[in-house]
Amino acid sequence: MTDVNLPDYKKQSPEVKDRFERLKQRPVTMEVKGLTKKFNGLHGEVTALKNIDLKIHKREFVCVIGPSGCGKSTLIRILAGLEQASEGQVLLDGKAVSKPGPERGMVFQGYTLFPWLTVKRNIMFGLLESGMDKNSAEAEARQWIELIGLSRFENSYPHQLSGGMKQRVAIARALANKPKILLMDEPFGALDAQTRAKMQAYLMEIWKNIDITVFFITHDLDEAVYLADRILVLKANPGEVQELVEVPVPQPRHPDQFLSQEFLATKKHIEELIHPPAEETDDDHLNLVRMVPVNDDVGSVF
Amino acid sequence: MSLFTVNKPLDRRSRTLVALCSFGLPVLLWCMVSYVPFIWHPDMKVTDPGSVSYFRNDMLVDKEIFYNESATAEENGTALPQGIPANPVYLPAPHEVVTAFYTAFTTEPQRRSEAWLHESLWSSIQVIFWGFVISSIIGIPLGILAGTYDFFSRLFEPFIEFFRYLPAPAFGALAVAILGIYQAPKIAIIFIGTFFQQVLVVANTTRKLDPALLEAGQTLGAGNRSMLFRIVVPGILPDLYRDIRILLGWAWTYLIVAELIGTSSGITWFITQQARYKNFDNVFAAIMMIGILGLTIDLLLAWIGRRLFPWQQSK
Ligand SMILES: Nc1ncnc2c1ncn2[C@@H]1O[C@H](COP(=O)(O)OP(=O)(O)OP(=O)(O)O)[C@@H](O)[C@H]1O
Ligand SMILES: [Mg+2]
Repeated sequence: MTDVNLPDYKKQSPEVKDRFERLKQRPVTMEVKGLTKKFNGLHGEVTALKNIDLKIHKREFVCVIGPSGCGKSTLIRILAGLEQASEGQVLLDGKAVSKPGPERGMVFQGYTLFPWLTVKRNIMFGLLESGMDKNSAEAEARQWIELIGLSRFENSYPHQLSGGMKQRVAIARALANKPKILLMDEPFGALDAQTRAKMQAYLMEIWKNIDITVFFITHDLDEAVYLADRILVLKANPGEVQELVEVPVPQPRHPDQFLSQEFLATKKHIEELIHPPAEETDDDHLNLVRMVPVNDDVGSVF
Repeated sequence: MSLFTVNKPLDRRSRTLVALCSFGLPVLLWCMVSYVPFIWHPDMKVTDPGSVSYFRNDMLVDKEIFYNESATAEENGTALPQGIPANPVYLPAPHEVVTAFYTAFTTEPQRRSEAWLHESLWSSIQVIFWGFVISSIIGIPLGILAGTYDFFSRLFEPFIEFFRYLPAPAFGALAVAILGIYQAPKIAIIFIGTFFQQVLVVANTTRKLDPALLEAGQTLGAGNRSMLFRIVVPGILPDLYRDIRILLGWAWTYLIVAELIGTSSGITWFITQQARYKNFDNVFAAIMMIGILGLTIDLLLAWIGRRLFPWQQSK
């Protein structure tokens, strides 16, 4: 990256600074305390996560980023209650959680809509589980379908939808339960760039208008900086918190900001955290020599 | 376009053509062996016994014997026997079998205790049906439980793994002793032959359900009961249906054992009897009826399956 005098990512405008002050005054929705996770693998014990501490405030948008295998999925699965922590605990509104529940909605990277249910029935699933009667559940599901703009597809089966539509339904299905926090594990990872940008815009729109806290895993730097209030940067082996970055880009976000100074500065900083420049070792390159004759039709690609 | 491209479906016309060949080629082979004399025809059918004392009209004799007798007659200057090349009695020609599809139904039982073909068929269908239904009523729920909960898997599967190695026919005598000599022990044999496989197959199918769907259900607040009835069961339904189609095919293979115990009856017994009377055209017709019946039921189930599960992507 060419270094054109980018500002320090820590330098925040007064408005942004003020916003973070207020953000940290908000009640804590989810708190992670001294979380450690060890797996008993084939080659002995592996520490996937070590001593994670984190406070997520009400209606905050937190992104998690880190190299592959640093334990991002493990972390979100523990928050969801799908996996048990080895040490430490996870508190939701001050109460410890140990098993999955509808107050923590989850959107997975793979498409996990129930293939045997139509879009409407997928969204009704959690509502019916919570004891709502069928008519109200149906009415509520319709509202959600309207909201995500899929009215034409309410009676379609998941295999008839595109990837982006499936994830919209998955988000609506999780939100219909009125969770306190929405946990998302690389939800847009399988989508093409255009659909992904659209989905990011939808998600921002939803986050602005609904009482929801978002915890979002990604490996896409742009996505993280664009969406997050704060970014949790993890490092691998063992998965530890490297830094909790406060994104200095003003809210509300807009695609124009992708080229703003604050945006680029933050991106550069995180890039350096994840791929330290010193890491470029000599033995990680191709060993190629010229294999095209000099007098070939096309002697050079240049 | 090449017919042999890896992982590429044939176009519509070739598909139909190849499927026709699937039946056409064996039939063609059969026709050639039956109607073209020099391909096989190891026997001679006597049309005129001549001077050979033990030859009768329409009798089948080995070619070698026929020519020996013929040579002897020629030496003695007596009348020569006449005959035409023929296949052995156990290989009737296609047209004879086709006729037998009708005549087998009208072949009167030789003894009063024996059954007509339609009675035999009906008896077999009932044995298969009840054996399979009873097995499924118990086996499918047990399989689903074993596939869903480790507890039930550990509880059922070791014993079932052991039991499924015991050959179903070995229980014939026991079944007769306990259940009498009529249909009940036959149904029991079909049950024993199907049940243990069924539990294991269904358990495996259940285990193959995408765990992400179970996790999605949990994060949506589904309780234990809902997980079982609203996710596991509908989730495996199309695969379960396919398993049942395959298992039903297996059940037919136990039929021959089942029908030999107690009072012999049913289609396989009909075949045994007809073979004893040397009505091989009826034997072939009856064997084919089993095949046609099995295939028809399977195609019917496949057709129903496509309508039952609209969420299944057509492959
Ligand atoms: N069930 C398990 N048993 C043993 N080891 C596991 C298990 N699940 C995860 N791990 C290990 O924990 C580490 C973290 O895995 P995790 O899937 O959380 O990484 P990740 O950050 O989500 O990676 P990616 O970016 O590729 O999704 C990995 O080294 C992985 O091998
Ligand atoms: Mg992951």
